Amino acid sequence: MTVKVRPARATGGVSGRLAEGATAERLVSVLSPILLLALWEALGRAGALDTRFFPPPSAIAGAFPPLLRSGELFDHTATSLGRIVIGFLIGAVPALVLGIAMGLSRLLRAALNPMIGALYPIPKTAILPLLLLIFGTGEASKYAAVAIGVFFLVLLNTIAGVLSIEPVYLDVGRHFGASRVQIFRTVALPGALPLILTGIRLGWGTALILIVVAEIFAARSGLGSFINNMYQTFQVENMYAGLIVISVIGYVSFLILDELQRWLIPWRGSRAV
Amino acid sequence: MRFALRRGDLVALNDVNLQVRDREFCCIVGPSGCGKTTLLRILAGLERQTTGELHLLVRDPAKPLTAMVFQEQSIFPWMTIEDNVGYGLRMRGVHQSVRRRLVAHYLEKVGLSHFARAYPHQLSGGMKQRAGVARAFATDPEILLMDEPFASVDEQTRALLQEELLRVWESDRKTVVYITHSIDEALILGDRVVVMSARPGHIKAEIEVTLPRPRSVYELKSTPEFAELIARVWHPLRREVLGSFGALAS
Repeated sequence: MTVKVRPARATGGVSGRLAEGATAERLVSVLSPILLLALWEALGRAGALDTRFFPPPSAIAGAFPPLLRSGELFDHTATSLGRIVIGFLIGAVPALVLGIAMGLSRLLRAALNPMIGALYPIPKTAILPLLLLIFGTGEASKYAAVAIGVFFLVLLNTIAGVLSIEPVYLDVGRHFGASRVQIFRTVALPGALPLILTGIRLGWGTALILIVVAEIFAARSGLGSFINNMYQTFQVENMYAGLIVISVIGYVSFLILDELQRWLIPWRGSRAV
Repeated sequence: MRFALRRGDLVALNDVNLQVRDREFCCIVGPSGCGKTTLLRILAGLERQTTGELHLLVRDPAKPLTAMVFQEQSIFPWMTIEDNVGYGLRMRGVHQSVRRRLVAHYLEKVGLSHFARAYPHQLSGGMKQRAGVARAFATDPEILLMDEPFASVDEQTRALLQEELLRVWESDRKTVVYITHSIDEALILGDRVVVMSARPGHIKAEIEVTLPRPRSVYELKSTPEFAELIARVWHPLRREVLGSFGALAS
């Protein structure tokens, strides 16, 4: 029996085909949304879609210039982003510190786990009315809504992160004479970082949801209130414009978080992506 | 330097009385689960004996008493190799300039100079373990503790690492307590082999290893003296291993 191995041709070889595949993939992922938009536009113009609820893409695009010119959309976006960032920090920073402490201390876990277990499953949107009673309709209630949502996600992931650290690393720290603070800084924090970032990611996504809901519920500014106002006055194109802005915020912030992850966890190499 | 350690607790160790001489390479072998690791962890200050005492003759109070080379993967994945090697020094507050010099010196000794800035995931298992050895040596302890440091690498790499450890140790004689389950390894490295009994662990036999230094791993293994020493260690150990089999079966 003979086995013949045909050498791959320079252009049509494996690498060539791979490159072709990658180009095709990129092409498809650009073309498919364009096709969908085109279909939407065509169906809208043909009268197959009710344009009162599904205004064609061209009409939605047309809604942007006046909104941008008046600065209205920009102001609402800035307001919402400001609330998200502040609420996020109020929730995430204590969650990080408490999470590491709980990860390191069995006693602290035993003391706090029942309460966390009971409070975490409550939908955060369900406590918005309560937050309004406590903090009023001003900024404080928005910060609180975001902070509470972020808090639990960062806390639970940080605890899990510390618990996932191989015990030998804590032994190494203690053995080489690291103090409590040094263990915290040189072992617990970096060891838990991959899961902490997962918590931050989930927390950020939740923060986006919560701020919009809170603003629809009770606010005079912000993207949620903008969408709600457009709903009241039946300016559907503008509602869509608001949705698009939220989508862009989400997309861009996750790109930034990816970059942050690469920068904070260099030891993961390419696996982090 | 001499120390004695006794642990009256029947759970892990029972009446362990061991004296290690200054600058001696002392290997401890014993069946799995005999408490070898517990003994080492007590020496490392990671656990406390329930009863009994531990005496360490301290020559230089500025030096750490012990530094441990841990089993398997113990260098931090989140630090570069040089930061890992310098970790013990940093925790002791050694000044950065001194630290840099010592780290470079020991990286050189274990052949990792080119990987100073690399992260552990870029290195092989054997290279990571070398970094662990360098980290322990760099703190310049009174006693170096090693807990089966080369158990998880392949045969060829292990022989290379043993050669390297011998070279580093012979140029830098420190008191070493080395735990292994391999009689070969104990004889290749040690000045003395201590045989521990099955649990509760106590000392069963002590064999002086008279093989001349410097030693070469492969040449040594083919000498008649080596074969004879293996028989001398295996004889007391065999019963303990059989005993621990029985304990598992019952």
